[in-house]
Amino acid sequence: MEKKVGVYICSGCGIGEALDIAQLAKVATSEQKVPVCKTHPFLCGEEGLGVIRNDMAQEGVNTLVVAACSRRAKTDAFSFDPTQICLERVNLREQVAWCQPAGADDTQMLAEDYLRMGIVKAKKMEPLVPFREEISKKILVVGGGVTGLTAAREAANAGYEVVLVEKEAQLGGYLAKLHKSYPRRAPYLELENTQIDSLIQDVEANSKIKIYKGATIQRTAGAPGLFDVTIQQNGSSETVRIGAIVEAAGFVPYDATKLKHLGYGECANVVTHVEIEQMAREGKIRRPSDGAAPKAVAFIQCAGSRDPQHLPYCSATCCMTSLKQAKYVRSADPEAKVYIFYKDMRTPGQYENFYKQVQQDEGVFLTKGEVVSVVEDGDKGIRIQVEKSLLGEKIEVKADLVVLATGMVPVAAIGEEIVVKLAEEEEGKKTEAEKEPPADRIIRSNILNLAYRQGPELPALKYGFPDSHYVCFPYESRRTGIYPAGAIRQPMDGALAMDDATGAALKAIQCVEMVSRGEAVHPRSGDLSYPELFLQRCTQCKRCTAECPFGMYDEDEKGTPKPNPTRCRRCGICMGSCPERIISFKDFSVDIVGSMVKAIEVPEEDEEKPRVVCFICENDAYPAVDLAGILRLQYSPFVRFVPLRCLGDVNIVWIADALSKGIDGVMLIGCKYGDDYQCHFMKGSELANYRMGKIQETLTRLALESDRIRVHQLSIDEYHEIPKLVNDFMAKIEEVGPNPYKGF
Amino acid sequence: MADGTNKAAGNGAILVVGGGIAGITAALEAAEVGVNVILVERNPYLGGRVARTNLYFPKLCPPTCGLEINFKRIKNNPRIRVLTLAEVEAVNGQPGSYEVTIRQNPRYVNENCTACGACAEACSITVPNEFDLDMSQRKGAYLPFPMAYPAQYVLDPQILGTEDANRCLQACKYNAIDLGMQPKVFTEKVGAIIVATGWKPYDAKKLDKLGFGRLPNVITNVMMERLGSPSGPTQGKILRPSDQKPVESVIFAQCAGSRDENHLAYCSGVCCLASMKQATYVREQNPNARIQIFYIDVRAMGKFEDFYTKVQKDDKIQFVKGKVAKIEEDPSSRDPIVEVEDTLSGEKIRAQADLVVLATGMVPSTSGERLPMDVAYDEFGFIVSDGAQKGIYAAGCARRPVDVASSLQDATGAALKAIQCLRR
Repeated sequence: MEKKVGVYICSGCGIGEALDIAQLAKVATSEQKVPVCKTHPFLCGEEGLGVIRNDMAQEGVNTLVVAACSRRAKTDAFSFDPTQICLERVNLREQVAWCQPAGADDTQMLAEDYLRMGIVKAKKMEPLVPFREEISKKILVVGGGVTGLTAAREAANAGYEVVLVEKEAQLGGYLAKLHKSYPRRAPYLELENTQIDSLIQDVEANSKIKIYKGATIQRTAGAPGLFDVTIQQNGSSETVRIGAIVEAAGFVPYDATKLKHLGYGECANVVTHVEIEQMAREGKIRRPSDGAAPKAVAFIQCAGSRDPQHLPYCSATCCMTSLKQAKYVRSADPEAKVYIFYKDMRTPGQYENFYKQVQQDEGVFLTKGEVVSVVEDGDKGIRIQVEKSLLGEKIEVKADLVVLATGMVPVAAIGEEIVVKLAEEEEGKKTEAEKEPPADRIIRSNILNLAYRQGPELPALKYGFPDSHYVCFPYESRRTGIYPAGAIRQPMDGALAMDDATGAALKAIQCVEMVSRGEAVHPRSGDLSYPELFLQRCTQCKRCTAECPFGMYDEDEKGTPKPNPTRCRRCGICMGSCPERIISFKDFSVDIVGSMVKAIEVPEEDEEKPRVVCFICENDAYPAVDLAGILRLQYSPFVRFVPLRCLGDVNIVWIADALSKGIDGVMLIGCKYGDDYQCHFMKGSELANYRMGKIQETLTRLALESDRIRVHQLSIDEYHEIPKLVNDFMAKIEEVGPNPYKGF
Repeated sequence: MADGTNKAAGNGAILVVGGGIAGITAALEAAEVGVNVILVERNPYLGGRVARTNLYFPKLCPPTCGLEINFKRIKNNPRIRVLTLAEVEAVNGQPGSYEVTIRQNPRYVNENCTACGACAEACSITVPNEFDLDMSQRKGAYLPFPMAYPAQYVLDPQILGTEDANRCLQACKYNAIDLGMQPKVFTEKVGAIIVATGWKPYDAKKLDKLGFGRLPNVITNVMMERLGSPSGPTQGKILRPSDQKPVESVIFAQCAGSRDENHLAYCSGVCCLASMKQATYVREQNPNARIQIFYIDVRAMGKFEDFYTKVQKDDKIQFVKGKVAKIEEDPSSRDPIVEVEDTLSGEKIRAQADLVVLATGMVPSTSGERLPMDVAYDEFGFIVSDGAQKGIYAAGCARRPVDVASSLQDATGAALKAIQCLRR
């Protein structure tokens, strides 16, 4: 495309008062030689926008540099089709006029540098060409329990073809083994039919759903829209083209044989929730030892849960389950007594109604307490010793039958933990800073068997749940197009599982729809760019393959990366990782950012005007800098912010570019990483930190101080810290002294 | 796109009532599938209750982080039409084909607004700031909070006809002040409706034995959240109301008016975790501060148990099983004194602290105010949405009291139900 650049400088909102606009315009015209440069006092208004539109229609301007407010503001006004028009927004308002003294030389120099950088980028950007391929919109649901059945039904009801794979011979999972369900609707008092049978019927009768029972997934290859899933059933295999996947493979009850201290296995009359439920289903709650009906049943809550020795987490459903099963016992025999020993009774929300009702039953005794021993006393029954209870410091209770309320273990947590070897091991010892960010934990649980270079299953997060760990984005799994739902991702009951399944089905549908439009999914929803690789210069170092948080790259036999664009979140972390700089997006590349850095004017050493480049991610850091401006917080004029999609985009060559130009320091500000990470691409900022650690050796070789580079984690609400962060770093730079390479 | 009068959304669309985090999510998830959405919000900003929240449990991360990404998604999506200061007046029709009457109240500021702030600077009168639960003041022309979206100022109708209104008009260089703006009433055709009207805090004044409203240093959990917030009345410093001194000791009274036949019979599910979270705010600011949490049951469900385990490790945070029955005050220090029955020992204990936080529950917005549409409510005012409904789907706290992540699971599912309704 023949590019014609138009620069539009707005002088509204205080910009005109802070800067010499005419002088600024000269940077565009005389220095950067752009053919069209106009200024306007109110660029986002109808008249101002009219100037731009007119130039586009009459003058053939197709590349716009809008030097005005932040790219986060007035997005409606400055909105153009990225497949036709290249747009770069230069922030002269929040990041210049509002945070710097009006009329000062340094303020002017800051604005001029930003305009240079914006023009350089705009010149190098290209219009986007969406990645389009013939894709499938079929949804695969793995698991035929309540979650999988619901996901299948809901996706089919929205008009999509579904393939449902269940490893057992029949559908229904654990819900089908229940006698009744505890109440799931107002007034939350009566036990209900699980209705799993009608759900199964709905699914079996739905012509859009193809069901494979007694089947497993042998292999999942490909990418969203383009998955090739091999289903194995009765010794034969079939490969199906799939668009997106809902992983609803469920849970297994915690292995009660590990609970000897609570009598399981030692006493015949100690059973689990699952076992008493089975008895209720058969209509006979009986002691295993002698088949007699129990007169006193004791429930021990949190059996192996909330316990660092077993399952540290709470399984959320066991309190309600015990209350339900208490009702089974009491309705079967109004003379029978029930004891429930708990740490906390967890019946949140409207479930409280049900708890109250059971509490009012005179035959049910509930107490907080620690169960310290469970011992069979011949045929006299079982003696349970409880301490710190509401009924006394130490009490002993006799029961005929003891039920252990055991927790739920996701099937994703069961299997051999494997180490996926990624990049080549480097020779020599590593310092703390050089240690790789921890690799994903992959457990060979044989659910999806992904043919992905980064491992055969979704990364197992806390306790093996392949969950999202984001509060705001509960379905964001680490593999695009694959959405865990139900008890595999969080302990939950049937009612919540049905809700969860519906949400996951939506995400799967949304994914195939977005992929069909060439769009990225969350968080860069709608992004039409995608990474392109100049493979001739690839040295097979495998950094991109290793560092992509989403497993976007597979590899061929030689180790050359094979990108799968529909798996990509367009974060650019691979771009930052590549030492040969072969990865780029049409609107964002190593060359673009490197050129922006090199466009910064660096004053001579004797002018005593240091220069610092600060790379900031668009997600938390850029808004925080904007907010500092909105609040008119003032800080050093010597920093030039360069926005990135993620701090993980930082390519080491940019540091070299900056330092060799005489720039005195480089700061990186990105989202928090670690256990409670906020980084929207999981490990981008962590990788940036790790890469900066590796750069220490280079700096020493160049006789430059390591203090010139600093990496900072920031939350979006820490905008008050921006001036301190910037000013502290400038103070350090002053202390360290000017870059000796200035003026070379 | 915000307030777009030129947007394509309309016919065959989904209406989302309520622009809190659940409404925003339902709207985005549907729009990204490819469906047109109209998002109607009564306040002049999106974000509802979470915009006023300092940090989320368990990660102690700020809500504005997720809101920023969502606002960006909204800005980039031509299928979403956001209407703020708007309410649904009437709904006619049936599933698949509704006609909705929407009333949009005047902002007195039009699309020209650049959020430069000149109008606010020109104003002289201040009024109580409802965003800070009246714990601070704001100008008559204001931006609800620094990251507000739409990024557009609002004029409080109270200043119309005053000198301040004129000052705003004079100060604005972009012709954005429109003192004569009128409410607009118009109809839209939609195929399905998602109700995400959220919650309001239980009125703690009804808890007459607990002293709220009489004793200055007895506050609610939502007030505590504002105090801890960097955009709040004290820039995030937790200072007690009577004398603005940093707190050295805090008591959290769980289930204040919840699980109680006389007030809210149900459990709001999040207050245990919220109090633990707020305890960490205090401890972070003051390593010497002592916290006591009086509870009935600690409801840290599922993986939230980790957060409870983490908080328990702090030896200056003490958990005591017992319900706070009464709160009085030491008249000289104005320290609240609580009376608790320690359920484990059976003894009545009295405890004194600088500040008491009542962990009050969530009441659905619909409990006082029925919606002009055909939905069923349970005895507490939550909208019944258990799969049998067609056409109108509730999501988030309008449906049952839940934490944010669960609310968003809900909202995502509701988006699918609404889409199915469009496609029937």
